[in-house]
Amino acid sequence: MEKRFIYADNAATTRVSDKVLEAMLPYFTKAYGNASSIYRLGRDAQRDVELARQKVAAAIGAEPTEIYFTSCGSESDNWAIKGIAEQQALKGKRHIITSVFEHHAVLHTCQYLEKKGFEVTYVPVNDKGFVDPADIQRAIRRDTALVTIMYANNEIGTIQPIGEIAAVCREMGVIFHTDAVQAVGHVEIDVKKQGIDLLSLSGHKIHAQKGIGALYVRRGITLPNFIHGGAQERNKRAGTENVPAIVGLGVAIEEAVKDIRGRSERITEKRNRLIDGILKIPYTRLNGDRDKRLPGNLNISVEGVEGESLLLMLDMNGICASSGSACTSGSLDPSHVLLSIGLKHEVAHGSLRLSIEEDITDDDVDYILEVIPKVVERLREMSPVWEKMMKGEEIV
Amino acid sequence: MMYSEKVLDHFSNPRNVGEIEDADGVGEVGNAKCGDIMKMYLKIDNGIISDVKFKTYGCGAAVATSSMATELIKGKPVSDALSLTNKAVVEALDGLPQVKLHCSVLAEQAIKSALSDYYTRQGIDPLPIVGEIKDED
Repeated sequence: MEKRFIYADNAATTRVSDKVLEAMLPYFTKAYGNASSIYRLGRDAQRDVELARQKVAAAIGAEPTEIYFTSCGSESDNWAIKGIAEQQALKGKRHIITSVFEHHAVLHTCQYLEKKGFEVTYVPVNDKGFVDPADIQRAIRRDTALVTIMYANNEIGTIQPIGEIAAVCREMGVIFHTDAVQAVGHVEIDVKKQGIDLLSLSGHKIHAQKGIGALYVRRGITLPNFIHGGAQERNKRAGTENVPAIVGLGVAIEEAVKDIRGRSERITEKRNRLIDGILKIPYTRLNGDRDKRLPGNLNISVEGVEGESLLLMLDMNGICASSGSACTSGSLDPSHVLLSIGLKHEVAHGSLRLSIEEDITDDDVDYILEVIPKVVERLREMSPVWEKMMKGEEIV
Repeated sequence: MMYSEKVLDHFSNPRNVGEIEDADGVGEVGNAKCGDIMKMYLKIDNGIISDVKFKTYGCGAAVATSSMATELIKGKPVSDALSLTNKAVVEALDGLPQVKLHCSVLAEQAIKSALSDYYTRQGIDPLPIVGEIKDED
């Protein structure tokens, strides 16, 4: 078996596409003007920033004036949540609803607000990895300022019933934000039809560069200014525009939503082949729902094996993947996402996430399915946990 | 997070993996909940550690520290094994990331746990010789 290099961690970040890079390059050395300048070079930059804004808006069914460029998905989340909290607190609303398995950009922001006197309800998710809109409805109070629920989970890929949750919020008069960093470009999004008030997205998950994101804010929603000191982003987020990155995001998102259904089907087929192949290994389980998940995401727990050592072994075989083990998070606890769907610690430690894209070939899939069982067998041979499992002893 | 070449070498080619069926001392530390378990087997002849094997469930550092710890005591007098510190294991591996230092402590404790078992089997109270075993990190 010849060693290959396979990047299967696109949920972590993606390669900048050739088309995106090509579109960006002129803005470094030729069209380098400050978009706020009056002369031609500046006006051109301004025009191209606005073109990119139109592309981002079109990709999610928004108006260009509802799109604000930020530096990343985490910034968009921070701005949306802290901004709405601050604004709503003026009306005496100091309660926020989110879920237990959000990205830390949302969870830690909510925890920060708790310290500032806000109350936060963390709704649970079921064992398949879904938030129940009825739980949101029950949690909403008269003083609820915001509901923030992720569109698709970054670890287990489950796609949440966003339209239903938004409808509940709309009916109860509560603002709804969604962290759609993992979803944009992978599932069809229409903020108007779905009734989404605010949405965070990130460039580097869809083949733009790192360091660029956007926040959609529905017209009529008042969001306080985030960075003071300039008229950029309609006074809301000062700072000279990162023109190349913004242009790149425009191209990337346009590409990402093109043929989204066909691409999704093709990726899903390969993903399912990976799932079926890996699940042939005894004592493995798929985390998250099999069907209502991101096309390229698979997350499998391999019992008797620890995730980080699995990743290192895969890396030695040229495969880049990710895990929810404690050792990859730098704490003693494994992923909060895997614990939230009811996994035991020792099962969560042995999780493996692959996030594939269309560039993966059938030969790549075959290679992965050849490598993983071998690596798992090798690690299990030296695992006292596996030994106990095979002897039927209790694992403490 | 950066692992040294030595850590990666001991992880990908761990030394002394396995079990010793007629071991003179066996010790196990850690727990699956925290993600690390190390099991050590010692064969001791005339006060010399004539053979040592290990099995580890855990991260790259857990495997590498177990492997290095066995290398450092194999063929050495029991007194050397008793005085093995986690620091010596870390140094022999050219360092470990801060968040992985607990793995080296676990490796030290795994050997002490196996030595405790050895003394217990000899009818000797291990506590004054080996000290307390911290079996969780």
